Amino acid sequence: MNPSIRTMLAATALVAAPPLLAHGVAAGALAIGHPWSRETAPGQKAGGGFLTIRNKGKTEDRLLSATSPAADDVQIHMMKVEDGVMRMRQVTGGLAIPAGGTLELKPGGYHIMFMGLKKPFKQGDMIPATLVFARQGKVAVRFKVQPIASTAPMEGGHGGH
Amino acid sequence: MADIEGGTPPMVVVRRILWVLVAVAAVFGVILAVGGGDGSKSAPAASAGAAIGGPFTLTAADGSTLTDRTLKGRPFAIFFGFTRCPDVCPTSLARMAQLREQLGPDGMKFDIVFVSVDPQHDRPADIGSYVALFKTPIIGATGTDAQLAQIQKEYGVYVRKVPIEGGDYTVDHTAAIYLMDKDGHFVTTIDYHENDKTALEKLKRIIA
Repeated sequence: MNPSIRTMLAATALVAAPPLLAHGVAAGALAIGHPWSRETAPGQKAGGGFLTIRNKGKTEDRLLSATSPAADDVQIHMMKVEDGVMRMRQVTGGLAIPAGGTLELKPGGYHIMFMGLKKPFKQGDMIPATLVFARQGKVAVRFKVQPIASTAPMEGGHGGH
Repeated sequence: MADIEGGTPPMVVVRRILWVLVAVAAVFGVILAVGGGDGSKSAPAASAGAAIGGPFTLTAADGSTLTDRTLKGRPFAIFFGFTRCPDVCPTSLARMAQLREQLGPDGMKFDIVFVSVDPQHDRPADIGSYVALFKTPIIGATGTDAQLAQIQKEYGVYVRKVPIEGGDYTVDHTAAIYLMDKDGHFVTTIDYHENDKTALEKLKRIIA
């Protein structure tokens, strides 16, 4: 079979397959799992978003940027604690999702930074956002808002951890 | 001023004199800056040896004054951050709330204090609604730049504003939680990477 046809079939299969995760998104070779965010307080003008992106394809893709109608600006940030100091930096040039690999944006590492929130994120809200990839282009996702104490995505709708 | 055309030559002279003065001032400024840099060498060394903690004055979330004396009589865990901090601040405060829960009734024998080092964005009331999300009593506070500079110096807290795209900034800051005894004396810190078992043992030490 022609490789490009095979890729197309694989891509079609992915798109057609029901998402495994509660609110994951399949887009071409990319499987985006569980975008989630933490609730914010009134007056708190920023919030972090987390998600995992699996690349089932044979070519690297890159997460370049994101936008959301819920925030004035959305950036990709990297956080680390080194020598007892928390440092946060904007990621420029995007983040690679290697062929067959997974990119994780999770507490203690990379996150999507929603800045200038239009209104507070409330538990259970689904925050719409558009991720922009170098190859896949724009992919619409929704970040589920969880309790502020969350450190990982919660399965199902409710409950603590 | 009134006689612009007739006064041109004297104006030029005055302007030249002013420029000379500016140049002289600039040279002196450089000398002073260089000299000052040499002379202040002893300052960091002096603060490095000093004990952690000390008197401070801040404004609590409800607008009242929060000082070291307000906290006297109860041990406390104090953490410095800012509400726009998307990761380490909620993680650390949620962890304190969790550790407190694990301690059972003893968990209420110490105070948790969150100091925002970003008063430009975090008004006391904002800090109050932020700490309320953690579902356990947390004393939120912030202060003027001078008040924060004082407590940061006393606790050896590193704070640096870092500009990011779009004219905004983020704040690099110390991620440790400082544990203080009921007299406000420093006992130890809980590190961001530390496991719960060690953290719980440390908390038991301050409430013992």
